[in-house]
Amino acid sequence: MIPISHFLTLGAVLFLIGAAGVLMRRNAIIILLSIELMLNAVNVTLIGFSRQWADLSGQVFAIFVIAVAACEAAVGLAILISLNRDKTIMNVDEVNLLKW
Amino acid sequence: MISNAWLIPLFPVVGVLINGFFGKRLGEKSGYVATLMAGLSLLVVILIANEMIFGAGGKHTIHLWDWISAGSFSVSLSFLIDPLSTIMLLVVSGVGFLVHLYSIGYMHGDPGFSRFFTYLNLFMLSMFLLVLGDNYLVMFVGWEGVGLCSYLLIGFWYEKKSASDAGKKAFIVNRIGDAGFLLGMFLIWMLADTLTYQEVSQSTSKFAVNINVLGIETTYASIIGLLLFIGAMGKSAQIPLYVWLPDAMEGPTPVSALIHAATMVTAGVYMVARTSPIYVDAALALEVIAVVGALTAIFAASIGLVQNDIKRVLAYSTVSQLGFMFMALGVGAFTAGVFHLMTHAFFKGLLFLGSGSVIHALHHAPEEQQQDMRYMGGLKSKMPITYWTFLIGAIAIAGVPPFAGFWSKDEILANAFFSGHTFVWIVGSIAALMTAFYMFRLIFMTFHGEMRVDSHAREHIHESPPAMTIPLILLAVLSIFGGIIPGFPPEKGWIHDFLAPSLAKMSHVTHHSSFNLISSAHAASGEAGGHHGPEAMYLIILAIFIAVGGIVIAWSMYGKKSKIPDKIQHKFPGLYKILLNKYYIDEFYQKYIVEPIYRLMKFLWNFDSKVVDGAVNGSTLVTVLTSRVSSLFDLRTVDGAVNGVANFVRFFSQVFKFLQSGMVQNYLLAMLLGVFLMLSAYLLQ
Amino acid sequence: MELPFFYLFSAGIVITSLFMITRSNVIHAALLLVLSFFFLAGLFVLAGAEFLAAVQVLIYSGGIMVLYLFSIMLMNVQVAVRIRQWHRQRFFAILIVLILGFEIWSVLGKGVFPAMKVWPWKLGATPGNVEALGSVLYTKFVFPFEVVSILLLAAMIGAIVLAKKRIDS
Repeated sequence: MIPISHFLTLGAVLFLIGAAGVLMRRNAIIILLSIELMLNAVNVTLIGFSRQWADLSGQVFAIFVIAVAACEAAVGLAILISLNRDKTIMNVDEVNLLKW
Repeated sequence: MISNAWLIPLFPVVGVLINGFFGKRLGEKSGYVATLMAGLSLLVVILIANEMIFGAGGKHTIHLWDWISAGSFSVSLSFLIDPLSTIMLLVVSGVGFLVHLYSIGYMHGDPGFSRFFTYLNLFMLSMFLLVLGDNYLVMFVGWEGVGLCSYLLIGFWYEKKSASDAGKKAFIVNRIGDAGFLLGMFLIWMLADTLTYQEVSQSTSKFAVNINVLGIETTYASIIGLLLFIGAMGKSAQIPLYVWLPDAMEGPTPVSALIHAATMVTAGVYMVARTSPIYVDAALALEVIAVVGALTAIFAASIGLVQNDIKRVLAYSTVSQLGFMFMALGVGAFTAGVFHLMTHAFFKGLLFLGSGSVIHALHHAPEEQQQDMRYMGGLKSKMPITYWTFLIGAIAIAGVPPFAGFWSKDEILANAFFSGHTFVWIVGSIAALMTAFYMFRLIFMTFHGEMRVDSHAREHIHESPPAMTIPLILLAVLSIFGGIIPGFPPEKGWIHDFLAPSLAKMSHVTHHSSFNLISSAHAASGEAGGHHGPEAMYLIILAIFIAVGGIVIAWSMYGKKSKIPDKIQHKFPGLYKILLNKYYIDEFYQKYIVEPIYRLMKFLWNFDSKVVDGAVNGSTLVTVLTSRVSSLFDLRTVDGAVNGVANFVRFFSQVFKFLQSGMVQNYLLAMLLGVFLMLSAYLLQ
Repeated sequence: MELPFFYLFSAGIVITSLFMITRSNVIHAALLLVLSFFFLAGLFVLAGAEFLAAVQVLIYSGGIMVLYLFSIMLMNVQVAVRIRQWHRQRFFAILIVLILGFEIWSVLGKGVFPAMKVWPWKLGATPGNVEALGSVLYTKFVFPFEVVSILLLAAMIGAIVLAKKRIDS
């Protein structure tokens, strides 16, 4: 039997890894990938709790999370493409029109 | 006709309007218009006098309209026709008419011809009002009116500075007297609640109250009497307000004759006579009047002794004769005063018109010689009518019987003597001597002796036209008979009976009853100074002596070629100089009264302009200062506050703007930071 | 028996994730993520969510990650370009992350976890995960299901609009 704490710990670790990736990398695609990682961490936690309480709602929710992740990935990539149309480098730092 | 007495002043009004508006167009005809109006007034006066003297007589009040009605104070424009006003009306309208006639000839060719007659008619109107009024206020209106006309007529040739100055002097000095008149009127009203002569005479008990002023025991009547006399002093040229009359000779000679001999100057005498009911109880006032009158008489006569201008001599003579009139009033002989007023109007008017005739004849001579007696002489043969009428007038004024002046003047002196005013009598007698002297000095210097007239003017000397000589003749007749007919026998003549209802009777304590020649009828009436036997005869003889003596002295000094005048002049150079310069009174007034007032006026003017301007400028200064302060405040404080807020915000924004890096990852980090903080808060609970 | 597999799978996930965030080559990172998703799918099976495991592999790895890879290839990312990879705030970020990790660990450490309800897990004895999910999904969660479909539609349209090449006149 896998205690729930393992799932939770794993989820937290994955989340933090993903957060680190979002915060530290300059490359836009890596950032998006890290966001996907964070979403998956959430999935892990959901599944763990679903298993804990023998409630399928967790799994359903996880399905929805995956669906939303798909949407977000599509839109995010579309934005990236439109932003860096003629360039080959994807540096998030250059998206700084809101700078003071 | 008495009830139509309002016609008397109406005719001059018409004259004023016609000559005032159409004078320029009428030219010389305006003289006829004015004289016609004067003549019509005279006609009405004669008709009224006829009724008064030969008819029913009595006192009549003609009410015209209510003038002032304010609470208990009510005055109406009403006329009073009684014996006194009848006499005055006769004098004013008679002499006035003659002067109008004379002026047609005298003023011929003068550019201001119609203006002259407008003023003359205006004067007649005012004088009529003065004399006709039945209360003091209407009299005052006329009083001021004649003062105005006097100013206008004295300064008639206004382009000449001395003339306009003289006009101003007359008006201003008059006004000083008017202040006294007004105060007297106020006091009368205060005590008696009325200003009408009739009602005042009935309320004499209110004035006889004894009061104590500054330690002097006297009555209200005396206070009123003194105040009113101050007005008379100004109008009738007594000391000290006589100074305007000699200067008034700057005006045309008819003006001098009418206003300053016959009518206006006598207004003061008339006023005192009207107020006789009050004066009866005013012993102090009467004493003052008598003494002032006497002093004025001798003072003016002494100046007239050495004057060289023919009109000046006559002017001082007028002042002196007015002094005689007030002497009479002062000793209680009101009738004598009015009688002398009448006779004086005749002979002084005659003398002035005669002098005008002489001046007119000399109008080709240099101007400063036209009126100077030293450049006359020997005119007797060239101007016979003028000479003879003038001589009659001189004899009359000297007081030689049976001419007019003797009767009135002797009565005055007798009354003064018998009422115990010995000082007054002595002074008056000396003044009479001087009068005779200077008048005949004038006659001899002007008409007798060798002709000292400028050679160029000599050919042009001629007798005056009839318009001028007819009035002379008429006045000469009046000067001869105008005394004996009304005034004989003394104290019991027609005029005394006629005027008795109008004038109050004095009761004298100093009554020498042992010399009472007159029957008890007069003693009962207590008439002042009834003629007492031998004393009276002695006085008459003395008076004749004085008159003739004066003439003789004058003849010896001026009638024949004589060195006496020059000798006296050299022996008493100082005295001569003082008399010639009128005792330097005018200079005294100028230095001690007029100039201090000028200085005060200048000081006040400066003070006013400095204070007022200073205040205004000061207020602008204050305004400017406060505006600067408030602008400073506004700039520094208000703007400073506003700018300060902006600076504050900017300072902090410059610190906080670095939060907006534009980099999403920074925002994410901030989010995580927030999560951390929340968790910490949760954990640390 | 499950526990060692759990450890195996979780180690695999963690390691591949760590590698992923540190790669400079984007293709490598994407492929590493795909690998971690596979491990994750195994984990899901262990947790009794078989359908979800299948969905994970099919949709997430097979759909989303392929999308990523295609985008990378479409954008012609220069894979070997030397640019600065790491953000300036990395130290601060690591710090925050570590602190957060510490905090979460302390929370988890405090927690008292109740006993688990045991799912009977017998092959064929109970309705399978798919059937169970289906019965719940289309009854209890039908509304969010429909909404998600609309969301997918919106995302699709948005992606097309955003990525379209502008036609300049």
